[in-house]
Parts: sequence; C-alpha cells; structure tokens
Amino acid sequence: MTLQSPPNPSLLHVPDRNLSSANMKVGRAGWAVRYYSTFTRDAVLGIAEAVARAGHEKAGFYADWAVRETGFGVAEHKKLKNELSALPLLDYYRDLDLVTPRIDAGRKIVDLPKPAGVIFALTPATNPIATLYYKTMLAILSRNAMVISPHPAARECSLDAARHLAAAAEKAGAPAGLIQCIEEPSVPLVQELMRSDKIAVIMATGGTPMVRAAYSSSNPAIGVGPGNAVAYVDPSANVDRAARRIVESKSFDNSVLCTNESIVLTLDCSHGNLERALRTAGGHICNEADTGRLRDYLFPASGFNVAAIGKSACWIAEKAGLRVSPGTKVLVPVIRAPGQDDVLFREKLCPVLPLTSAVDFEQALTFAKQTMRRGAGHSAAFHGEDSARILRFSQELPVYRVVVNAPCSQGAAGFATHLPPSFMIGTGFKGRSSIGENVGPQHLVHWTSIAYNSDASVPFGSFDLSSVTTPAKRPARQAGALPEPQAAAAEIDRDMLRQLILEELRGLNGGRS
Amino acid sequence: MFNYGYFSFDSKEALLEKAAEYWNPGKTKFWQDAGTPMVIDRREGYLLYDMSGKRLIDLHLNGGTYNFGHRHPELVETLKSGLDYFDMGNHWFPSVARAAFAEKLVKTAPHMKYAIFGSGGAEAVEIALKTARYATQRRKIVSIIKGYHGHSGLSVATGDDRFSKIFLSDRPDEFIHVPFNDADALEQVLRQGDIAAFIIETIPATYGFPMPHDGYLQRCQDLCRKYGAKFISDEVQTGLMRTGVMWGWQGYGLKPDIFVTGKGLGGGIYPISACMVTEECGGWLHVDGAAHISTSGGSELGCLVGHHVLEMLERPEVISNTAFVAEYFAQSMREMMDRHSDIFVGVRQRGVVLGLEFDHPEGAVAVSRALYENGVWAIFSSLDKRILQFKPGVLLDVDLCQEIMDRFDAAMPRARQLLKSARRAA
Repeated sequence: MTLQSPPNPSLLHVPDRNLSSANMKVGRAGWAVRYYSTFTRDAVLGIAEAVARAGHEKAGFYADWAVRETGFGVAEHKKLKNELSALPLLDYYRDLDLVTPRIDAGRKIVDLPKPAGVIFALTPATNPIATLYYKTMLAILSRNAMVISPHPAARECSLDAARHLAAAAEKAGAPAGLIQCIEEPSVPLVQELMRSDKIAVIMATGGTPMVRAAYSSSNPAIGVGPGNAVAYVDPSANVDRAARRIVESKSFDNSVLCTNESIVLTLDCSHGNLERALRTAGGHICNEADTGRLRDYLFPASGFNVAAIGKSACWIAEKAGLRVSPGTKVLVPVIRAPGQDDVLFREKLCPVLPLTSAVDFEQALTFAKQTMRRGAGHSAAFHGEDSARILRFSQELPVYRVVVNAPCSQGAAGFATHLPPSFMIGTGFKGRSSIGENVGPQHLVHWTSIAYNSDASVPFGSFDLSSVTTPAKRPARQAGALPEPQAAAAEIDRDMLRQLILEELRGLNGGRS
Repeated sequence: MFNYGYFSFDSKEALLEKAAEYWNPGKTKFWQDAGTPMVIDRREGYLLYDMSGKRLIDLHLNGGTYNFGHRHPELVETLKSGLDYFDMGNHWFPSVARAAFAEKLVKTAPHMKYAIFGSGGAEAVEIALKTARYATQRRKIVSIIKGYHGHSGLSVATGDDRFSKIFLSDRPDEFIHVPFNDADALEQVLRQGDIAAFIIETIPATYGFPMPHDGYLQRCQDLCRKYGAKFISDEVQTGLMRTGVMWGWQGYGLKPDIFVTGKGLGGGIYPISACMVTEECGGWLHVDGAAHISTSGGSELGCLVGHHVLEMLERPEVISNTAFVAEYFAQSMREMMDRHSDIFVGVRQRGVVLGLEFDHPEGAVAVSRALYENGVWAIFSSLDKRILQFKPGVLLDVDLCQEIMDRFDAAMPRARQLLKSARRAA
C-alpha cells in the first residue's frame, strides 16, 4: 500500500497551535497557583470537598464514558475506582495538614509549607478518570495547580471530567486555571511540555517510555514503573478465601490496575487444592493446549498483544480459541514448573493469571525474586498465616508493598488495606523511581525549615503564624476565568467589574484618575 | 566586536557615533542625555538586551507592537512559512491573504463592512480621515488637545503642535483641537455643521493614558451622530486585547463609524495597519476602489501575520492570561503606591494599558531612567512627562510580572534621588 497525501494539503506550513496553547495553559496555571498557594486550610478543604463531591456524583457517568471511549475495563469497577478517588481519598488525607506551619519548640525548628507550583500530570488510557480524579485531589490538597495531559485514547472523557472538576473548584473559590486539561495531547507535545521550565514537577503514569522521558526531561518527576505482582499462596493459607480474593482482584476492572496479580505461585503440595479453589471462585483452569493457545494469543512475536488489555476473560478466551463457561472471571494457564523463560510470567493487563508451583518455599522465593525483577519496586501479595515466611518474602523481594490476605489490585492501591489510596504506586529506587510509597499530596509540598542554633544558650523565637495562614492577596474578582460562550453578556460584566476596580483606584488616588 | 555578517561595529560607542553621523543625531543624543542609552541588540519574549549585554524587561512594547513579546516563535514561524509562498503582493489585485485577513478583521467588529489596509498607523489614520471626508463631503476634522494620531500629512495635523509646526504642517483652519473629557467643547465645534469627523484614541496614549470620564466617549459618539460627523476610534494602542477586550471601544459600548488599528497587528515582525469602515463610510470603495492605493499597505505577508495575530488573541488562554496580568498590576501598583506615596501618586489603568503618575512635571523621565538602571524599560508619555507609560504584554507570566514589581520597588529610591536633584536644579 502506498501512502496517500491528504486530499487538500495545505499550501503553507501552519505552526503547532496545540503546543502554543498548551504552553499558555501552563502560564495560566502559574497565575492560578500564585493565588492558591496562599489559601488557608479551611479554604483548601472546602475546595477539596467540592471537587470530591463533584467527582463522586459523576463517577458512574465517566466510568461508562471511559469504557466506551477506550474499550478497557469494566464500567461498574471503574465507577468504584472513581468514587474511591474522590471522597474516601479526601477522608484519608483530611487530617494531613500541608498548609499550616509546624513549630517544634523542643528542636527549635519551624517548618513552613511550600507547594510545588504547576504540576504536569499524565493520565493513562487504562485508568483515565480515576487517575485524573486522584491527581486533581492531590494537587488541590497540596495547594498546587495542575495541567493534565490525558492519554489520547481517553481524551474526550478526560477533558470533560477535568472541566467538571475545574468548574466545581472554581465555584468553591479556587482561582481560575487551577485545573486544566490539554485539548490535543500528542507524544511530541508531551515531550516538549515536560521540558518546560515553568513546570515544577511531572507526575507520570503511563508506559515505561513515557515515564523514562519524564525522568529525562530535566524537570523533577514522580514516575512509576510497571508491576508484575506475584501472589504467593502459602500452605498456611485458607485456600478458598485466598482463591476468592485473587479471582476478585484479578478480574477487577479486567485487570488494568498495575497492582493486579500477574502470577499465582504456590507449593506443589497445595497445587491441586488451589486449582480447585480457583475454579470454584470463577477461574478457568487451562489444560496444556489451552495454555499454549493463550500464550500464542497474548504474546505473538511482536510482544504483548495490546488488544487484550482490559478485556474480559470470556472475550480473550474467544479470541484465543478457548471454550470456557460464560461465568468465567479469570483464565488460569497452568505452568507446571516455575522458570524465567515463559512469557506468560510477564506483566499482563488482562484477566489471565498463570498458576505455577515450586517444590519448596526456598524455590518459590527464588522464583518470585527473579520474576519480580520485571516489575521491580512494585507490589506482591502473600496469602497465609506464617509470619516468619511473610517477613522473609518481604525482605527478599524487590518490592515496596506486600499485601497480605487481601486482593492485590485494590490492596496495594490502598483500597482494601490501610495503605494510602493511590493511583500512583511508587516503585522507588528498585523500579527506577523517586518515590517508593504510594504517592500522596505530601510529595507535592516541600518545607522551609527555620532551624535555630542547637546550643541551649541560644533561645528559640516566638512566632505569630497568623501572617502565614491569613488569606493572602486574592484576586478582587475571578481574574483569568475563561470567557463564557455568550461573549457579549460576559463582556459587559467584566467591564462593570473593571469599572469598579478603576473607581476603587480613583478613590485611592484622591480623585485623580 | 559586533559582527553581524552584513556589517560590523567595534563597540557600542562606535555604533552610536555612526548612528549620530548617518542616521539621527537628535535621537541618538537624546537617549544618551536621558541616561537610557539603549541600543537594542538581541530580543526575545519580553526581554531586550542592550549592546552592552544589559538585560531589560520590555514594558514599552512600542505601544503594543510587541504585545506577544519579541519574535514570538509562532509568529516567526508564520512569517517564515509565508515567505515560502508569498511576498508583499501586488496591491492592485485581490489576494487570498488580503481577503482572508479582511474577513477575519470584519468578524471581530460585525458592524463594520470593509478593512482597508495600510503599512502603519498613520496611513490607516490618513485613510480614516479621507474616508470621513468622502462620506460627509466636509473637510474639517476635530481631535483632542494633546492628541496623537501619527506623523503623515493629515494625521500629524490632528496632533500636538510639537510635531506639525516644525514642518509647517499645522492647519488650524481645517483641524480643530478641543480639550479631552469635555464633550461640551466638542459640541460647540460640531454645532457649526461643517465637521467631517471627530477622531480620538479610546485612551489617549501619548497624553499618558488619561481615562475618559464615564459617558464621555459615548456622548462624543452621540454628538457626532447628531451633527452628521463621523466618530473615529484610534485603536492603535488600545486595540488587540490591550484593554481586556479585542477593541477598546467595545469596552465602552461604542460603535464607531470608522476605527484604525496598527502596531501589534503585525506581531512586531511585519508592519501592517488597517482602517475599518462601515458600509456607508466605505462608499468610495465602490466609486473608485483605487482612490487610495499603497504599495506596501496590506502586504500579503503582513496579512498572513495579522491573520494569525487575531487568531492567537482570540484564544481563551490569551484572554485569561491578559486578565491575570491586568489584575496583578492593578493590585501590585496599589501596594507600590502605598509604599512610595511621596512620589508615586496615581495609576490609570484599563486592562494592560497603564499610566503611572509621578508628582513632578518630569517625574516619569526620572522614573524611566531609574527603572532602566534596574533592568526595566518603560517610556514616559511624550506629551505629559509626569506619566510613565507602563504597558505589560498579554502573555507575561507570573514570574516575570513578579520580577517587574521587584525591580520597580528597587528603582524607587533611585527615582526619588533623581527627582530631588531635578527639583534642586529647577
């Protein structure tokens, strides 16, 4: 096939307006954060509450839209994730005060919070709205502004959701321009913007190349690597409960969370029992032929088959040529002996969960350790009661979260454990990232420390913090609000406001204009 | 050694000598005497670099010419792209760039019918005055005392004596001047029934941006209608979003018969201006379309750049940023006035058009110098030297705005010192 030129190619080269407009958004965010970074804690919580409520109200609406637009995941699960990224997230961080200065008289130190500034946030196609909600909430709680660049495949729903949250924020008193979304995201645009010196920090969620590009941009970045969670089922586990948790977790939103179980590993002595339990829980245990078909379908020569991402078990079974019962939630290829070479042991963002077993705990540990090098720094799961083994498992594996007796998808992301709720799972140094814990608003604020001489003879000062926490200069009106579609009416309003300001100025000038 | 390939200069001093010798001795000397001996070398965004390497933030913008900053990459790309296809064009013939740009301009002001192009503001004013004379078949033009509309034959006669008498170009019989903000004075003149037009800058720039009193411009327009004269808005400095709306007159609820725009219309990279006329005023375009012609007026390259300038100005982000900049300086200048109330006594502002008032007849000359020494370039008003013209660009970002105010604050003690010695000398 030959490449065809468009029917009416432009005679002139036209500059990239999208990049220019995106840069202007960053400029606008700079203005917004100038005001917002001095807001009081009450004002911040008020805005956070309004945004969380707005997000919650439309959680289902955007879940449907995201699935429709991207083809990934399960709407009802996405709705749940969207909801969790709104009010429960706010509840989790409500008492984390990132606004009020802290005085430590004992150590003679005062810490003043300094928000980052303009955050550039990338959101993925697999979890577009939950990630957008989550990052927006983090920005608001940390008094930062955010420019979101959605994955092009989730552009429409992301744009609308960002506008919805921004409107709620502005209505609750946030400056205009605090939350913005790039209208025409593209790889070159994102790469260009990541290098902008107006960006304080990049929050990168997406494929490895994008995350690496964020770290190479010369700007501070928080990026997270891929996962490849091993779920180990110890003989000390209640196998039925473990299997139920694993199947629920692996089928949750068709496995698009990077925290989903990638491999279920047990010991030979428990293999049969676990197979049975998985089958009961909704897993389809593959025979050798089915396992082969799945392997061929999911991993053609070119690498992982992206068509399978976020699709249901039944959909994949049909494509791969497997006959499964309609209620099947997870496909379980069985790989008799653990080893490093089988491609099925790689990350799969779809409800396919290979089962394998080791001869003993030592071999299981070795296998898990090696396997988790793909997905290093991420998460693993342990099912069982043996605390000594839990400790060793956690000590040996290159991961920063070991979820115990809980679904890993939700558990590592803080929704079935007491970990911080997060759609950015820090993969730390092992995963070539700057943060190893679940990313929260505290990562978007640095503190200026006033540190006194430690010598007891030097007295500590007394500080009136009201000047720091008083509402600082705020625009007399909603400066920088985007023009309304009915321009004429808005014009008059703005003009009246401007007139008021001028009158005020005249008053200050003693009547001179 | 400053080697530009085509020419070179050993030093800034050598350049100044050549400039005085071959170009303009008066202007060259003036800036040296004023303590602001700038020779702009590199320029980028809102920054200028003197040949000495000194960095200056540009708040002069040549009256809004550099509204988007210097050499905005998008505009440079547009012009370069235009050069691959167009040149100035042949003014005799219709052209794609001229037709497209004219349509875009008319769409910004729907009560207008035609856009007639020139290469600079004065030429656009010339067209406006000729158009008004054609439409009314009257000869006399009224403008305000200390008004300013350019330096060509008719336009210079509308302005201050300083620029017309030297060239024996004042024409008091045909060009009548009335005080600003005095509609009664205008009415007295209009009542004679032989006035073709009243021309006024929506906010008179060279006069130091005195704000029109409430209802003044509206009344002027009404009076023009009443006595059959044309109301011409000079939007060269107040148009193109500088007052927060595309055209300054929009913000005052006016509907001029004719208005002119220039300066920033060419994005600071290609000169172009336009005179916008209503259907009635544009009648001559039917009678003899070649009654006014201009080889470089409406150059196709200028039209292409102007077209893109309007497109950029209409972007929501630009409109929003302009509001942020305006708000920031409104607030900051209020604070600055509190801190330096002994010399800084007034702010005139509409959008990103500001006039800062200093308590001395030559106050703004001293402040301009003090700011220059502190890395900010803002010019005094030629016709009221108490007023500093302070003209931030629509795309300024928060950091540069803060830097401007920091430098402004730092310059005030020096301004105070200069004013003290000026007072002693006086």
